[in-house]
Amino acid sequence: MLNFIGALPGAVSQGLIWGLMAIGVYITYKILDIADLTVDGSFCTGGAVFVVLFGQGVNIWAAMLAALLAGMLAGLATGLLHTACGIPAILAGILTQLGLWSINLAIMGMKANVAINVTNPDNLDRLLVSLRFVQDVAKGNRPFIRHPILVVGLFTAAVIAVLYAFFGTELGAALRATGANPNMARAQGINTDTGKVLGLMISNGLVALSGALLSQYQSFADSSMGKGAIVIGLAAVIIGQVVFGKVFRNFALKLLAVSIGAIIYYIVIQAVVSLSNINTNYLKLISAVIVAVFLAIPYWKGRYFTKTSHKGGSAHA
Amino acid sequence: MLEIKGIWKTFNAGTVNEKQALRGVDLTLKEGDFCTVIGGNGAGKSTMLNAVAGAWAVDEGSISIGGADVTHLPEHKRAAYIGRVFQDPMMGTAPSMQIIENLALAARRGQRRGLRWGITREEKTRYQDMLQKLDLGLEDRLTSKVGLLSGGQRQALTLLMASLKKPRLLLLDEHTAALDPKTAAKVLALSDKIVAESGLTTMMVTHNMKDAIQHGNRLIMMYDGKIVIDVSGEEKKKLTVPQLLELFSKVSGSDEADDKLLLS
Ligand SMILES: Nc1ncnc2c1ncn2[C@@H]1O[C@H](COP(=O)(O)OP(=O)(O)OP(=O)(O)O)[C@@H](O)[C@H]1O
Ligand SMILES: [Mg+2]
Repeated sequence: MLNFIGALPGAVSQGLIWGLMAIGVYITYKILDIADLTVDGSFCTGGAVFVVLFGQGVNIWAAMLAALLAGMLAGLATGLLHTACGIPAILAGILTQLGLWSINLAIMGMKANVAINVTNPDNLDRLLVSLRFVQDVAKGNRPFIRHPILVVGLFTAAVIAVLYAFFGTELGAALRATGANPNMARAQGINTDTGKVLGLMISNGLVALSGALLSQYQSFADSSMGKGAIVIGLAAVIIGQVVFGKVFRNFALKLLAVSIGAIIYYIVIQAVVSLSNINTNYLKLISAVIVAVFLAIPYWKGRYFTKTSHKGGSAHA
Repeated sequence: MLEIKGIWKTFNAGTVNEKQALRGVDLTLKEGDFCTVIGGNGAGKSTMLNAVAGAWAVDEGSISIGGADVTHLPEHKRAAYIGRVFQDPMMGTAPSMQIIENLALAARRGQRRGLRWGITREEKTRYQDMLQKLDLGLEDRLTSKVGLLSGGQRQALTLLMASLKKPRLLLLDEHTAALDPKTAAKVLALSDKIVAESGLTTMMVTHNMKDAIQHGNRLIMMYDGKIVIDVSGEEKKKLTVPQLLELFSKVSGSDEADDKLLLS
C-alpha cells in the first residue's frame, strides 16, 4: 500500500503525459470519426526526434516543436493515403505505422533506444520534465514549480485552450462538420478530404508532442515506446466519457475529461502493479480487456435498454 | 442559369450490376425558373440532381451554372452555387452540432474558412429572427443539438441553411417525402415562400403529381434516364393529373395502370 502511495505522483505525471496523446486520439476518434492507428508509430517519432535533437544540444522548445512537426508529417502521410489514394482509414494508419517503425529507427541512428544523459546536471536542468524531478521536489532539491504534475498540467491546460479556440473558428467548425456528417459538410462547401488530413495532422502532432514529453520524463526514447498507444488513448477517452460524460458538456471540459481519463488509467495500472505481484508483461492484456469491455458497454446498453443514440444520422448516404 | 448538355452516367460499368442511370439528358433552366421533376422509381431523378451537385463525375456531357462550366468541379466547390435539401432529414445537417453552428456553417458556403471566429455576435440575432419566422419554436433553441430535432424541423432548418447564402440554384430531392402529410405541407409551403422571396432558380423532385403541377412554372418527367415530358408556362398551369398520366403513357408506350403504379 505504501508502495502504491509512493508511486502515485509518478503515475499521475505519466497519466498527464499520455493524456496529451489521448487528446490527439480524441480528435480523430470522436471528432473525425476515424480510428487512426498511426499513433502507435508517431508517438515514438516524437520521442525519437526530441531525444536526438536534444542530445545535439538543440534548444528544448525547438526540439519539441520539431517533434510536433514530425508527428504532423506522419498524420499527413496517413491522411494522403486515405484521401488521395482511397485506402480505408484504418489500413492507411497501419501502413504509416509500419513505415514509421523503420523511420523511427533511422532517426535514432538504427539503434533501438537512445538515452538522454541525465547524469550530466546541465542536461537535466534543461529538461522540462523528468522522473527525477518528482523525487527532487519531494526532497526539496528543486522548486515545487518544477514538479512534473504541475508542469505537464499547465502544458495540458495550454493545449486544451488552443484546441478549444481552434475548434471554435470557421476552420475548426468545418472540421467538426466533416466528422459529424461529411455529406452535409460537402453540401456546405467544405472540402472533407482536406478536413480529414488536417485533423489527422493535428492529432498526430499532439501525439508526437506527448511522445517527446514521455521521452524526457523517462530520459530515453525507444522504438517500441508507442506500442499499444492507440489502446491507451481509447481507454482514456472512454474512461473520461464514462466518468464525466454526464457533467462535462463544454468542449474544453470534454478534453479535460480525456486527460483525467488517462490519469485514472495510470493510477489503476499502478495499483495493479503495486498491490499484486503480477508480471508486468500482462499489463497490455489487461489494457486490451478493459478497453474492449468499455467499448462494448454502450453497444450492450443500446441493445438491451433501447435508448435513442446521440450520434444518429451521420452519413449513411 | 442552369445548362445541362447531353449528360450520361452509367453505374457499375462492366459488371452484372451495370445501370445506365442517365442516357443523354439535356435541360436548360432560365434565371428564376422553378422546375418540378417527376418520374417513376429509378427513372434517374436523383441521379440528375446528383450530377448537377457533383456527387461524382458524369461520363459524358457538360453542366454549367450561371455561365460557369462546373462539369469538372468537385462537389464542395460547386456548393458555392448550389443549395440542397435531401430526402433523408438526417442528411442535410450535422446532428452533433448546435442549430446555430449548423446555420453558421451554411452561412459560409462558398467562402474560404479561416481562423476567424466561427460565429459572430451579429449572426446570433439574425438567426434568431429567421427561426422566429419559421414558427417551429426553434428561436429559443439556438444552442440545442440538431440531433434532437424532429424530421420536419430538420428539413425546415436544412431549407433555411440551403438558402441562407443565396444560391444560384436550389435542388430539392423529395425533401418532404419522409414527413407526415401535415408537416410535409408546411415544409412545402416554406419552400415556396423561400423560392419566391429570393427568386431562386429551383429544381424540385416529387412523387406527388398534384404538387408537381401546383408548384413552379415548369414540369419535367423522367423515364429510363431521359427527360420525356417537358411542359411550361400556360400549358403547365392548365395541366391536370389525368392529362399528365395520359401524356406519360404516350411517351413511354406502356399502359396507364402500370404508370399509376410507377408514379404513386
Ligand atoms: N450511386 C449509385 N450507385 C449505383 N447505382 C445507382 C447509384 N445511384 C443511382 N443508381 C441507380 O440508378 C438508377 C436511377 O436511380 P435514381 O436514384 O436516380 O432514381 P430516382 O428517379 O431518383 O428514383 P426514386 O424515385 O426511387 O428516388 C437506379 O437504378 C439506381 O439503382
Ligand atoms: Mg430519388
